[in-house]
Amino acid sequence: MTIDRSGTPLVEMRNMSISFGGINAVDDVSVDLYPGEVVGLLGHNGAGKSTLIKMLSGAYKPSGGQIFVDGNPVQIHSPRDARELNIETIYQTLALADNLDAASNLFLGRELISPLGFVDDAAMEAETRKIMGRLNPNFRKFAAPVSALSGGQRQSVAIARAVYFNARILIMDEPTAALGPHETQMVAELIQQLKAEGIGIFLIDHDVHAVMELCDRASVMKNGKLVGTVDIPDVTDDDLLSMIILGKKPGEDANAD
Amino acid sequence: MSDASQATTQTKRSFVQSLELDMRLMGMIGAFILIAVAFNFITGGNFLSPRNIFNLTIQTVSVAIMATGMVFVIVTRHIDLSVGAVLAICSAIMAMTQARWLPGLGIDLGSPLIAPIAILIGLAVGTLIGAFNGWLIGYQGIPAFIVTLGGFLIWRYAGWYLTQGQTIAPLNETFILFGGSEGTLGEALSWVVGILAAIAAVYGVWAARQSRIRHEFPTKPLWAEFSLAGIAVVAILGFVATLNAYSIPKGKLRRMFEARGEVMPDGFTQGHGLPISVLILILVAVVMTIVARKTRLGRYIFATGGNPDAAELSGINTRLLTVKVFAIMGFLCALSAVVAQARLQSHANDIGTLDELRVIAAAVIGGTALSGGAGTIYGAILGALIMQSLTSGMGMVGVDSPLQNIVVGAVLVFAVWIDIQYRKRTGIK
Repeated sequence: MTIDRSGTPLVEMRNMSISFGGINAVDDVSVDLYPGEVVGLLGHNGAGKSTLIKMLSGAYKPSGGQIFVDGNPVQIHSPRDARELNIETIYQTLALADNLDAASNLFLGRELISPLGFVDDAAMEAETRKIMGRLNPNFRKFAAPVSALSGGQRQSVAIARAVYFNARILIMDEPTAALGPHETQMVAELIQQLKAEGIGIFLIDHDVHAVMELCDRASVMKNGKLVGTVDIPDVTDDDLLSMIILGKKPGEDANAD
Repeated sequence: MSDASQATTQTKRSFVQSLELDMRLMGMIGAFILIAVAFNFITGGNFLSPRNIFNLTIQTVSVAIMATGMVFVIVTRHIDLSVGAVLAICSAIMAMTQARWLPGLGIDLGSPLIAPIAILIGLAVGTLIGAFNGWLIGYQGIPAFIVTLGGFLIWRYAGWYLTQGQTIAPLNETFILFGGSEGTLGEALSWVVGILAAIAAVYGVWAARQSRIRHEFPTKPLWAEFSLAGIAVVAILGFVATLNAYSIPKGKLRRMFEARGEVMPDGFTQGHGLPISVLILILVAVVMTIVARKTRLGRYIFATGGNPDAAELSGINTRLLTVKVFAIMGFLCALSAVVAQARLQSHANDIGTLDELRVIAAAVIGGTALSGGAGTIYGAILGALIMQSLTSGMGMVGVDSPLQNIVVGAVLVFAVWIDIQYRKRTGIK
């Protein structure tokens, strides 16, 4: 499936910068994302990929740069702002409250409210059963706190949370890091399904193979700077690896040093 | 994502499992019954006499009210060491309002305006102090331990300056009704309240079941629902019957009749019934339980306690939440101050001394985890009742006061140890 990149990007982050204590964690980085596209963000630990994406999800405030959604400039000051723009994030840590059940986590911050103004647990559980029936039909532990769930089950709760609220832009921070092969396969299938629905996905990953398999493009970062963005069909695993390690784009290899 | 473990839940369920009772709650009730029966045996039936049950109840109220607020504080991974001191300053302000300030404005101590004004001022001050603590903790990032350790020293002695160290008495007569023995509902009204509560309990069980049926969720067997409702009804009505069985002393009754200009008929008796303070505690317990389970605020309190980062990333304003939690705590301290002061019928500087420790202990014995994210309102109240039963029972048996404190301290550590063992066994984090 080819991605139509002739229109306006779903999201564009232009010249993003942020520094912590005088160190430029992200330095003048631009990336974009089109509907139905998966863009991989690659780089070592500390390359700045998570930091870059946290500016999109509202967890960090950028010190420079501009974010466009559907071509319109937007201000994202908090996770709530991001959610209102239909930007949903699945964090590496899954960001679940371990002591609450799946439904409470899925609706955390956006609870369904009964006419009397109380949280409507029954309605939330019913909705959770519906969406989990689609994402992970084997899921049964609706009454248990999520601390009692397996890694894969927790992952499916985190994904359900992002998908349920009609995400248009989905950020996945190492979604398969804690999963076994079978569960990883499930996430891969889910990504294909979401792509088909026209959702744009930023996929942060260490694993070059996963990126080669799941992504349409990849942006590689090193030391807070963007090394380059490449079309996955045009590159090999080794090309990506050398971008990550050496910080050079494939074309530059020949004339380097 | 296969689920082999699910199969085990399909096996035949035991009697206790069918009831779906909270095992930790059962443990606490068991411990309480054990303590009560043991003291009753040693005191030759005095411990479980209507009179002692009445006294035990009104002595527990003040700590129990604050313990419900401490649950929220501890659930959000904070602590409040200042509750006794905040109670003291609220008490001082309310006493000064009744006995000095309002009379100074021409409203004398007997005026019907005194009690409502004094209580409103007290509740407002408590809430403000709590909110201020919460602001220091949430927005300024000072650890709760430090803020409230400071408050522990500040507020009691701020109250001391207000009263210039004097004990303030007498208090307004309406105000004293909130203390317990002076303000009870009488037998008939107590039965009305008891029956209404029993109906509410049955309705609660029924409504929960209907809701599950409507959404096609699995339900408990019908007999289990009936047993639960039955136990609740017996407990509520039994409690009312016990409080009604404690008669108002003859001399006091005669004075009450004389005050109305009547003569007491021979052989007339009248039970105390439900104290107003206990009614306040029940109201606090119901409201706090609804807040904990049925409101966004409660959901956010528990989510923040379970994983502060997740709560923040979900768009919850955890700083404002901290202010709210401590404001609730402050409000409840002021409410406890009303009850404590009215029960003692005076304000003294040492009012509420060591209450912070009793309140924290009650919440912790009641199953509130200091690591945050777990705790129940009913547990905290039961914890307060267990502590008060121990103290009161040992007093009746004639145990030395130093030994009483040693035992209560040991029970606190033991209860937490049991809880840790229980969590290990059942795999609950």
